[in-house]
Amino acid sequence: MKIPLIYNARSVLQRPLSTAFTALGIALVVAVFIGMLALGNGLRAALARTGSDRNVLVLRRGADSELASGIARDAVSILSASPHVAIGPDGRPLVSPEVYVLVPLPHPSDTTTVANVVARGVSDQAWVVRANVRVIAGERPRSGRSEICVGQKLIGRFAHLGVGETLRFAGRDWTVVCHFSAGGSAFESEIWGENEQFMPVFRGEVFQSVTFRLRDPAAFDEAKRTIEGDQRLTVDAHRESEFYANQVGILGIMLKVLAFGITSIMAVGAIFGAVNTMYAAVSSRTPEIAVLLTLGFHPRSVLTSFLVESALIAGVGGVVGALLALPINGMVTSTTNWSSFSDIAFSFRVTPLLIVSGIGFAIVMGVLGGFFPARRAAKLPVVQALRA
Amino acid sequence: MRYLPLVLANLGRHKIRTILTIASVTLALFLFASLRTVVTTLHANSQFGSARRLVTLNATGLVFPLPMAYANKIRALPGVESVSWANWFGGRYGDGKQFFAQFAVDAESYLAMYPEITMPEDQKQAFLHERSAAIIGRRLVDRYGWRVGQDVTLQGTIFPGDWTFTIRGVYTPTAPAIGDDALIFHHEYLDERIGHAGIAGWFIVQISDPAAAAAIAKTIDDQFRNSSVGTKTGTEQAFQAGFATMLGNVSLLMGTIGTAVVFAILLVTANAMMMSARERTGEVAVMKTIGFSNRTLFGLVLSEAGVIAGAGALLGLGIAKAFYRAINFNGFGFLPGFDITTGTLVMGGGIALLLMLASGLVPAARAARLPIVQALRRVE
Repeated sequence: MKIPLIYNARSVLQRPLSTAFTALGIALVVAVFIGMLALGNGLRAALARTGSDRNVLVLRRGADSELASGIARDAVSILSASPHVAIGPDGRPLVSPEVYVLVPLPHPSDTTTVANVVARGVSDQAWVVRANVRVIAGERPRSGRSEICVGQKLIGRFAHLGVGETLRFAGRDWTVVCHFSAGGSAFESEIWGENEQFMPVFRGEVFQSVTFRLRDPAAFDEAKRTIEGDQRLTVDAHRESEFYANQVGILGIMLKVLAFGITSIMAVGAIFGAVNTMYAAVSSRTPEIAVLLTLGFHPRSVLTSFLVESALIAGVGGVVGALLALPINGMVTSTTNWSSFSDIAFSFRVTPLLIVSGIGFAIVMGVLGGFFPARRAAKLPVVQALRA
Repeated sequence: MRYLPLVLANLGRHKIRTILTIASVTLALFLFASLRTVVTTLHANSQFGSARRLVTLNATGLVFPLPMAYANKIRALPGVESVSWANWFGGRYGDGKQFFAQFAVDAESYLAMYPEITMPEDQKQAFLHERSAAIIGRRLVDRYGWRVGQDVTLQGTIFPGDWTFTIRGVYTPTAPAIGDDALIFHHEYLDERIGHAGIAGWFIVQISDPAAAAAIAKTIDDQFRNSSVGTKTGTEQAFQAGFATMLGNVSLLMGTIGTAVVFAILLVTANAMMMSARERTGEVAVMKTIGFSNRTLFGLVLSEAGVIAGAGALLGLGIAKAFYRAINFNGFGFLPGFDITTGTLVMGGGIALLLMLASGLVPAARAARLPIVQALRRVE
């Protein structure tokens, strides 16, 4: 026979302060757990959304980032003529040979330090090839002009980025003519201009990457084989989505190690707290438990009942922790993408899955912490306990 | 002190509870020390830099090279003692996944300018006299088991192809910010293979008078202002600080987590202390009856909290200090010289003291103020 849940609820309310302390301890662990994973999630999401499954990114062979790559004009012509490249509505191939450089922009708060912001010189086809890019204010840069379009995550973080303002880098003045969004991806931390404008002021006659839309999205492997097998080219072809997702790299590992390392140590501490609370609960309710056993409740029911009670306290803690962590959702932070040394801004992402795992984590802590005290309750010798 | 056995006996009554509470405090202070040391290490490394060394970069950005011809022009400036240059190599090792820092440097001038890079004299000479030789930091020896005399092949990412270096020396940095996990080789070797492009990643300029640093930096930048490639010169310290800011708001993140940890453990400890106190109401009444003064009882309960917090702090901070030493932790190369500072230990002690007061004061005051008659009524 089961001991009704209301018994546990009432017992918990008998010791409000002690219960609240335990629950709050667990809440803090859950908040840190959710917060740290939300940070890693945000970074991963920003990079994972950057590339598309339908696009191929071509870099020089052996280069593991766009920064380290270099592709000559003749290679671009060869790639543009490839039968694997999709054709746009205007009849031209959907290919964007791009210049990729970092420009140091001073932080508005502390002008002695700079952030390395990506400046990407694109062809006019890039706006079609990158399907998630949308101009949200102003007009796209016109060909042949010193005009740039600024990703929306940069706005507010650096000065002189309003539409119509002038930004100086690489020894030239550039007019900001538009802002763009890119579905929360890393592109939103970039400055885009025309590739032919960027080329002479940065690295001369060389592109860093070529991105093209696949004619048949399923034919990536075949496209990769033909391109990499072409004797005239020394390049590697990457699926764009995979390439950017892989850039999470060492930072992603570090965030994960930190998140799990810190929260597991904290969790052990919180479990100890739960153990203490439950032992105290069991010893202060010894006569009560004896009565329950005398009434004919099976020791297993007593065990379950105490486990449920512990899980209940922890569960409440978990919910409170999730509520504490919720406000960080959407908060923008920035760090360096160590695969490209560039500054990347992204939002903390608290997903429903993360909240559920946080609360689940709390309940696990509760059950673990409640087990030994519950077992002691179930094994109480009835006669002696009744006397107490 | 006379009552120490009594305090210990009280703690020994609920052995599990005492042990678990001490363990919680231990974990909390271990975490606190770890998180705080991330911040202090980053700070210490961002402060690194000789006042006599300037760094000259391409004004367009870190990744753009400078013409090597600039070296002679900079060397000719008044106040400049010597000039060296270096390049980031960015190679991969093994299956292409293994990464560590590699620099191509003008060996003779570079080693002369960085006395912080120390190695046996014969190894240094062997390195200087062989174009394809390299020296490696001590940590790489531990990580890959490389030996002096061994050939190591890296895959270039910025400079394509396979690059083979012969290890001729193992260096130990005397300043942690230098990093003990880098491979340093000859810039001439790089330049030769990329077809004498005559480019350098950055220049390091040694000056005779640190006070003139700002003026010399300005002179260098002014000289190249109207050249095809502009420069940006600053002190080595500013250069290092720039790298530290690249990590973003690490200090804030660590601080927030640290506060949450300490607060969570405070709750656990305070809870345990209150539970002990509540269970002993009757006992305290008896002690009062037989003549223990209010002040003594107050002291007894507070010392109990003190023993728990103190033991936890001692263990937590001690383990942290020893643990990071033992595993030679450097935070994936981001935190060279990771070591728990005295300041952090003192702060940890302060937290333990606070913990004692916060968790012990209320139960102690309650014990001191306990009305005997009412409490005795509950004694069986």
